[in-house]
Amino acid sequence: MITFMNNSDSEEEPCNERTSLMSAESPPVPSYQDGLQASEAGEAQAHRKRRAGSSRGPNNITGGEMSGSGVPVRESALESEEEELTLKYGAKHVIMLFVPVTLCMIVVVATIKSVRFYTEKNGQLIYTPFSEDTPSVGQRLLNSVLNTIVMISVIIVMTVFLVLLYKYRCYKFIHGWLILSSLMLLFLFTYIYLGEVLKTYNVAMDYPTLFIVIWNFGAVGMICIHWKGPLQLQQAYLIMISALMALVFIKYLPEWSAWVILGAISIYDLMAVLCPKGPLRMLVETAQERNEPIFPALIYSSAMMWTVGMAKPDTAARGPSQQTWDAAEDGREHLRSPSHAESQMSETRSPVPTRPITSLEELEEEERGVKLGLGDFIFYSVLVGKAAATASGDWNTTLACFVAILIGLCLTLLLLAVFKKALPALPISITFGLIFYFSTDNLVRPFMDTLASHQLYI
Amino acid sequence: PAFGLFIFTIARDPLRIIILIAGAFFWLVSLLLSSLIWFIAVKASDPQDERLQKGLLIFGVMFSVLLQEAFRFLYYKLLRKAIEGLVALSEDGCSPISIQQMAYVAGVGFGLMSGAFSMINLLADALGPGTVGIHGDSQLYFLTSAFMTMVLIFLHTFWGILFFHGCEHRRWWEIAAVIIMHLTVSGLSFCNPMYVGSLVPSYLLMAAAAAWAYLLSGGSAQNLRRFLLCKC
Repeated sequence: MITFMNNSDSEEEPCNERTSLMSAESPPVPSYQDGLQASEAGEAQAHRKRRAGSSRGPNNITGGEMSGSGVPVRESALESEEEELTLKYGAKHVIMLFVPVTLCMIVVVATIKSVRFYTEKNGQLIYTPFSEDTPSVGQRLLNSVLNTIVMISVIIVMTVFLVLLYKYRCYKFIHGWLILSSLMLLFLFTYIYLGEVLKTYNVAMDYPTLFIVIWNFGAVGMICIHWKGPLQLQQAYLIMISALMALVFIKYLPEWSAWVILGAISIYDLMAVLCPKGPLRMLVETAQERNEPIFPALIYSSAMMWTVGMAKPDTAARGPSQQTWDAAEDGREHLRSPSHAESQMSETRSPVPTRPITSLEELEEEERGVKLGLGDFIFYSVLVGKAAATASGDWNTTLACFVAILIGLCLTLLLLAVFKKALPALPISITFGLIFYFSTDNLVRPFMDTLASHQLYI
Repeated sequence: PAFGLFIFTIARDPLRIIILIAGAFFWLVSLLLSSLIWFIAVKASDPQDERLQKGLLIFGVMFSVLLQEAFRFLYYKLLRKAIEGLVALSEDGCSPISIQQMAYVAGVGFGLMSGAFSMINLLADALGPGTVGIHGDSQLYFLTSAFMTMVLIFLHTFWGILFFHGCEHRRWWEIAAVIIMHLTVSGLSFCNPMYVGSLVPSYLLMAAAAAWAYLLSGGSAQNLRRFLLCKC
């Protein structure tokens, strides 16, 4: 049996960042209420709080960052106004997340349906050592559960390792790890993917052209994700690498293991984010304590960066770091509202206290965005892709899972707006998705088939 | 055409998209429950008996229609609550979206989902090789399916408007009319493949529902004439 050359941890890296929505503002809120006067002190305080908020840990921070609209002349009324704004913009945020998730799923489903490579079984990852080709159902079930245990423990180990590294400030190591993993994703997987697509459509391409294309794609991707680049391009790259990763998972995870793993991952996510001793939560809190931005990795941000607009030297200086920060590789989920944009705002504001408040508000409002970890993208796409690949009812099941996941995302965002702290984004959506997949495949499909054969309409 | 409706009227406003997806979700859940019931009934009965199977199918269809309407009602309740929340939160005291718009979007959501479920496997098969109606079935299968699906989507949209309006004003006869219309249309589809029996009345019903919904939404013959004359 060929095992996929799953060598480095960097491959596991993407899977490690669990989905957590990060809320950036929990600490700021209490101080927020009292310190709000139109004074420098208040401004600085708000500024500081916002920075604290923005430097929340990568994982479970939901961006209920309403406190972000830190205009200095805040009274407590302002906070409620912010809440309104939050919920009012809530719909917009949800859409800003719907679109990339939908795009990712579409890419994955389209590839699964057309390129046969991804549905052929060609071996398994070393992370799932037990085979599922066993004759009896019980044995198969046992093997898949064992596979899941292995996979989840690998993920837990990786996450704890990452948290430890972060705690002991081995930033270089982490950066190197992330860069390595994104390198591998961008080059190797793209090469394989392109090769398969070309094979399917019987298009010939010579090696030099291929080399140039992949080199360009990979290089621009590295720059965009880790350094700076236009937001749209960053988002596009993140979607692409999520899709690639999801395709790899779909191909190399055996059937039942995949489903059990999906279920287990969402449970793990729930626990890791919400339990006080969970690794992700510790990561978040550590980052908060240190007032640092999360590392430029695994989050997808939908915020609009207008960094260029403000003609402030420190803004310009901060621009790049903000953007890299936004760039997410694979990741934890941060569902975060404007935090970093706002921290930027606040930073630029403090040097210029005379800045008119209204324009600031407008700008801040535009900047509100939401962040979602890449791990979420990947697992959503894995679910939908598996539904497309293995369900015999084809499109109905896929469509049902798609709607279920979107609704789960909506609900999660709603909870985010209500709780304003880090939330795991996986559990609700994956649960809905799983329920709908199994029920649609087994219950709805015979019904619809019979209806269609008689051409009856309900 | 339904997709065009979506693009032009719904895709702009994020709130509407959310309502749309939620509407689709509710329809899906109703479908799930009704197919669960049907499945249980089928398993519990004798698979050899043709007439029984047909009878069960009819029962399943009717039950599904009733469930769909029940879920429409539930969705209405949910949207009422949501509107109150939105009004409370909005700055100028009125909701960013009116109940009628919600009714429209909810109807479209239902319709799109039901249409998608009816058509999409058909479309996927249509891409492949094959001949239509080779075993003596009608050759117009694809065409009629397409038309029927379209009429159903539109009908769902109009029923959404009518239903919500009926709930708003507590006119139970409106709601009853919607349910009866839905049952009628589904029942008519039993006449397939005698397409005259099913398509034509469905279109007539759709025209009636369209006119009714239009009137309810505040339109009138005046508006219509003005609209048409201004444009051309």
